[in-house]
Amino acid sequence: MAENVLPFKGTKAQEEQLMAVIASNKEVPGALLPVLHEAQEIYGYLPIEVQQMVADGLGVSLSEVYGVATFYSRFSLTPKGKHRISVCLGTACYVKGADKILTEIENKLGIKSGECTPDGLFSIDSCRCVGACGLAPVVMIDEEVYGKLTPKEINKVLDKYIAEEGGDK
Amino acid sequence: METVHLKINNIPVEVPKGYTILQAAKAANIEIPTLCYLKDINCIGACRVCMVEAKNRRGLLAACVYPAEEGLEVFTNTPAVIKSRKTTIELLLANHKKKCLSCVRNNNCELQKLALEYGVDEDHFESEVADYEIDEQSPYIVRDNNKCVQCMRCVSVCKNVQTVSVIGAIKRGYQVHVGSAFDKSLDDSPCVGCGQCIVSCPVGALHEKPQEEKVWDAINDPEKEVIFFTAPSIKATLGESFGMPIGSNVEGKMAAAIRRLGEGVKIYNMDFTADLTILEEAHELIERIQNGGTLPMFTSCCPGWVKFVEHYYPDFIPNLSTCKSPQAMFGAVLKGYYAQKTGMDPNKMFIVSVIPCTAKKFECTRPQLRSGDGDYDDVDVALTTRELARMIKRAGLDFTSLPDEDYDAPFAKATGGGVIFGATGGVLEAALRNAARTLDGDFKVIDFVDVRGPEVIREVTYEVAGIKINVAVTSGLGNARKLLEKIKSGEADYHMVEIMACPGGCINGGGQPYQPDSVRNYVDYKALRSKALYDQDKASEMRSSEESPVCKMVYDEFFEAPGKEKAHKYLHTSYISRGSKMK
Repeated sequence: MAENVLPFKGTKAQEEQLMAVIASNKEVPGALLPVLHEAQEIYGYLPIEVQQMVADGLGVSLSEVYGVATFYSRFSLTPKGKHRISVCLGTACYVKGADKILTEIENKLGIKSGECTPDGLFSIDSCRCVGACGLAPVVMIDEEVYGKLTPKEINKVLDKYIAEEGGDK
Repeated sequence: METVHLKINNIPVEVPKGYTILQAAKAANIEIPTLCYLKDINCIGACRVCMVEAKNRRGLLAACVYPAEEGLEVFTNTPAVIKSRKTTIELLLANHKKKCLSCVRNNNCELQKLALEYGVDEDHFESEVADYEIDEQSPYIVRDNNKCVQCMRCVSVCKNVQTVSVIGAIKRGYQVHVGSAFDKSLDDSPCVGCGQCIVSCPVGALHEKPQEEKVWDAINDPEKEVIFFTAPSIKATLGESFGMPIGSNVEGKMAAAIRRLGEGVKIYNMDFTADLTILEEAHELIERIQNGGTLPMFTSCCPGWVKFVEHYYPDFIPNLSTCKSPQAMFGAVLKGYYAQKTGMDPNKMFIVSVIPCTAKKFECTRPQLRSGDGDYDDVDVALTTRELARMIKRAGLDFTSLPDEDYDAPFAKATGGGVIFGATGGVLEAALRNAARTLDGDFKVIDFVDVRGPEVIREVTYEVAGIKINVAVTSGLGNARKLLEKIKSGEADYHMVEIMACPGGCINGGGQPYQPDSVRNYVDYKALRSKALYDQDKASEMRSSEESPVCKMVYDEFFEAPGKEKAHKYLHTSYISRGSKMK
């Protein structure tokens, strides 16, 4: 499991929303999966606190909830940053050196894929093909697509975001 | 009963409808190998070792889950079957940590046995060998996932039988592994330590926290007085580790063997403190009934059950008898009473209990059980039956040829009531024998057979001296949970309840000798082990705990009488609420 560097900051409103989801699914067989989907929608990720609420609410063990949460790659156990960086590791991007782009981002931000920076500004994930193979290698930051990248160029792109946030990385 | 007719390797068999191919094959005296399937515990058809071929069926079938159908013609040993099994085993071995020589399951491993039978090449497939950290933080169970074959037996017994569910499958594909939520240590989870995961494991991925070396060190330390005592069930199971038939009572050889582990090693009989527990517990029960105390009273000799209540049903803590377990009572008797009587220094006494159980290893560390003021636990080490067997083997003792010897005085004698503690229902029966005789001096019944037998919930009412006593007994924590819910909802009204965490009681404890699939899937080994204890009880001169001369001695010389102040200080304990969440 990647280190969960950010403390859980759930709000009362989020908790109420989750409780409503649990209440409406409580009697449904196999409710765990849909409830976890909703929980991730509400909180953006599934930290231990949220998984514990789901376990208690549905009357299943935490180990079972954790098993499901770690089985499906769409579930995230770590929070997402204000800026979500998604590095395409699809075939076309990969042969064009996407792994080097990913390493560059990881080194620059000091976190691994799947993690979030301690200040909560950036998170890195990898994905498979965003449908822009002509621009390979491709990185998406939030809704913006950056193509035909080199390690040097992604550095510049990141610097822009860091500067916007008033940082000096 | 509706039956179906089928052929296994051309042998016609008739079996009840609903049987699997695996069960039907046994009816034709053919055993199909299994690795993930374990009777009453796990049936998921995942490992693909039990594959068989059937006429007019495409592909191979998993015998453990495929139903025996009318007219089916099954073949269990065709070249296609053998090739499939061999490949499966070779794939399992590809990323298995093959350190068989130093493995706790060497010569006792289901995977090793299959590898030999199918003549596999353990290096046939090259693979990355996983490198999981060994979880040995808990005082009772060690998990080495590098040896896990992902059969899910441990997960199933923990979730479905014990309803504790502190372990599960994590991640997927190559990364799948068994562990506790958020990959934390088992020690951080609300695990009760029953060890049923260990005895269900086909390989060396799970074992008890080994403590034999500590005992050897003490034996070799001239400063230490090493004192062993053995729990009631050990005599009924230890022989299995030396190739003796299941259900052999090896009490005499066991005493002889332990005495020969080192010079001056003493061996006492824990059946004595089982009797002592009964005298305290029956006294407590009568007092609770007569003085309006919390009822039902729950037995407290099973540490897995006690921890279960502390984690999951803390509201019921007042129901737990305050009596220490026989193991803990013996520790207090030795380092309290006996040290004072003989002038021994409790700091120099090294107390080793041999128990059928991993939770007892945890129990030793409970601060609530310390009866003295010094910085020592009353029981220094709790060894499982398996660990004792390993010590006897290392000592080079030819166990089966040893003479039958008695335990050491003054803690040798016990009653049949103490002996039957090792089987489910035994504690309750012993308590009933004693309570009935306390309330009515002329009471004659000695065999309370209604509380004996396999793990279902048994409810019985006995009438003693005009008082109706409602009792219930069960084993396995899933059953315990059902019983507790019944009490909670007010549906049931008992005076006394006996619970053992392990299905069948201590004779099936998590520290007992491994029995292979070929036994567990077909033989009622729990009944055979229990029978050894009930036979000994039946043959005992003394059968009710108050007849115990050793108990009389310790009361006369030290504890005065059951429930008295000194008895309370040394023989009773308290419990804490532990919470049901991950730490």
